[in-house]
Amino acid sequence: MNFKLSEEHEMIRKMVRDFATKEVAPTAAERDEEERFDREIFDKMAELGLTGIPWPEEYGGIGSDYLAYCIAVEELSRVCASTGVTLSAHTSLAGWPIFKYGNEEQKQKYLRPMAEGTKIGGYGLTEAGSGSDAGGMKTTAKLDGDHYVLNGSKIFITNGGIADIYVVFAVTDPTSKHKGTSAFIVEAGFEGFSVGKKEKKLGIRSSPTTEIIFDNCRIPKENLLGEEGEGFIIAMKTLDGGRNGIAAQAVGIAQGALDASVEYSKERVQFGKPIVANQGVSFKLADMATSIEASRLLTYQAAWLESNGHSYGKESAMAKLMAGDTAMKVTVEAVQVFGGYGYTKDYPVERYMRDAKITQIYEGTQEIQRLVISRMLTK
Amino acid sequence: MELKFTEEQLMMRDMVRDFAKKEIEPNIEKMEKGEFPREVLNKMADLGLMGITIPEKYGGSEMDFVSYIIAIHELSKVSAVVGVILSVHTSVGTNPILYFGNEEQKQKYVTKLAAGEYLGAFCLTEPSAGSDVGSMKSKAVKDGDHYRINGSKVFITNGGEADVYIVFASTDPSQGSRGISAFIVEKDTPGLIIGKDEHKMGLHGSRTVQLTFEDMKVPAENLIGEEGDGFKIALANLDVGRIGIAAQALGIAEAAYEAAVGYAKERVQFGKPIAAQQGVGFKIADMATAVEASKLLVYRAADLRSRGIACGKEASMAKLFASKTAVENSIEAVQVFGGYGYTEDYPVERYFRDAKVTEIYEGTSEIQRLVIGKHLIK
Repeated sequence: MNFKLSEEHEMIRKMVRDFATKEVAPTAAERDEEERFDREIFDKMAELGLTGIPWPEEYGGIGSDYLAYCIAVEELSRVCASTGVTLSAHTSLAGWPIFKYGNEEQKQKYLRPMAEGTKIGGYGLTEAGSGSDAGGMKTTAKLDGDHYVLNGSKIFITNGGIADIYVVFAVTDPTSKHKGTSAFIVEAGFEGFSVGKKEKKLGIRSSPTTEIIFDNCRIPKENLLGEEGEGFIIAMKTLDGGRNGIAAQAVGIAQGALDASVEYSKERVQFGKPIVANQGVSFKLADMATSIEASRLLTYQAAWLESNGHSYGKESAMAKLMAGDTAMKVTVEAVQVFGGYGYTKDYPVERYMRDAKITQIYEGTQEIQRLVISRMLTK
Repeated sequence: MELKFTEEQLMMRDMVRDFAKKEIEPNIEKMEKGEFPREVLNKMADLGLMGITIPEKYGGSEMDFVSYIIAIHELSKVSAVVGVILSVHTSVGTNPILYFGNEEQKQKYVTKLAAGEYLGAFCLTEPSAGSDVGSMKSKAVKDGDHYRINGSKVFITNGGEADVYIVFASTDPSQGSRGISAFIVEKDTPGLIIGKDEHKMGLHGSRTVQLTFEDMKVPAENLIGEEGDGFKIALANLDVGRIGIAAQALGIAEAAYEAAVGYAKERVQFGKPIAAQQGVGFKIADMATAVEASKLLVYRAADLRSRGIACGKEASMAKLFASKTAVENSIEAVQVFGGYGYTEDYPVERYFRDAKVTEIYEGTSEIQRLVIGKHLIK
């Protein structure tokens, strides 16, 4: 047993923290206000190798592991949760299923440019009428010669409109509920593909979330990912790992909020002393820090398990559950520590609070995490 | 990073798990009636559990700190009483002599404590001096080759059963906490009076007594370290003590969770196991998640400690979080069991009663927050 991170992991943390401080933080508030994605930041992440952290060098990655990837998402999210989720969706939701289920050609053609960061990835599972109940999916894919023809639409697509490559799920056999779903790799340039409405959101506003539409969208047969009927399994397994990324995002948001609160409460003087000298404030900070530490350990454990080939489904659900709840609680408390100033856009804590809420919802709501965990425990 | 236990640690876990099931579980009822588990401790001594981290040359098993924490965790899953007896015996009953005593003291006392021939206790708290150690009233006055100690102590775990007491008293009241000294006091020392046993909400079978010192005559060679070292000695083992109690809390929390999940799978209402209801299933998910987080916090702190890395903040976080989890999980476990949970036919009401003290001793949760808060603004 050894809880210490390796030097490689510490180096990645330092590198990403420097990058986040210099290149991401300065514009975070402005991008949030303007709901603006900045491709330049993504390009700079690509230069540093952050867009392909866990993928082997033969596929354009840097050959590190999922723990390093989670550390990167955490550090980005500490200053800007939108940037964190852009990387998380790109890596966990688009890169992972291609890495795990793709054939060699698909990996070279799609995973490599994503890992190198010349292309951005997205993931299309959710539909208007099917969220966690992926079995209720309506988008269809019909084989027509050497193409599949996709019809339907997907909503709440992270990186929607900015992604070049999407992993998309559609029904190939309507007679079979789960086994009738298949996964496809769809290029944004394919005929019949279009980007629909962009959501106006409470938080993570500089990460675009859109609808994507398939109107007789023709997909070459070789872009089927895995086997026909394997889609449901691919979707569920992808979400297991995606949860690690979101847990890391939540830890980052919470840590950012705590750091801001510690700094402010040391400076803010009332009744002749810094407010942190009051137990009413310092005990709050202690509770915030303790929950963050618990969440971080759960997140790193899940990522470590995945990196080392152990099963991690239950642990990633636990990590996401605790980290999401912690991010929400901690950011609400951070606004409280800042008082009236915390309610304004002059300080980042109101943004953290808005951003935190999504971590309790996407990649499976907290209720779905509890369902996943309780089912595993009461089997 | 390597999150799996070593072979040696796994062996410790399996051995203690097995021992607790065979040798402790059958004695729970007697302990609940107030009987001190003397025989259990003797058997633990045979297995080398009374001196897990103590070097072999002083009669210990010389294993790492993580193995010791595994033992407390596993013992406490079956009996929080045995868990706390071991924690007190080791962390504050033996370690002060091992770390600050001279060679003679180590040979005379640590060898017997580590072998389990002696049981240790720690006497710091007084009626009006809990976390505020500096306000201690017990006094030690040098008298030739002896000290004469007068005063009283409360909440002494293992009191009345211990063979050796580490006693704190002021040798120089003008110096406040810097005037406190630590002494090794044998059980038959004249003037050591065992007072009343506390009637406690939980931890039945673990004795908690008041002690009075009436002109208690302690040989000068039983001073640990120098005069005035007492506060340092008391503080030095805080982390070890806190991680130990955090492990005890983890054991209670996990036992409560396991009882709840076991019952929820079996108990059928409205034609299906109650675990299949989200109202119960989600509770179980939350309990399991909190146990997992506690486990990571406890073992992370233990791992740091066993590597000799400063772990004050991490120990406090582990204790704060694990004790809260123990209380919450045991309350929820009683709830899952419903009316049955309120009876003594099931162990969950015992977990509920035992859990609360983990938020109180070895520094209350408020003291842990104070410690963590100080670390944050450093």
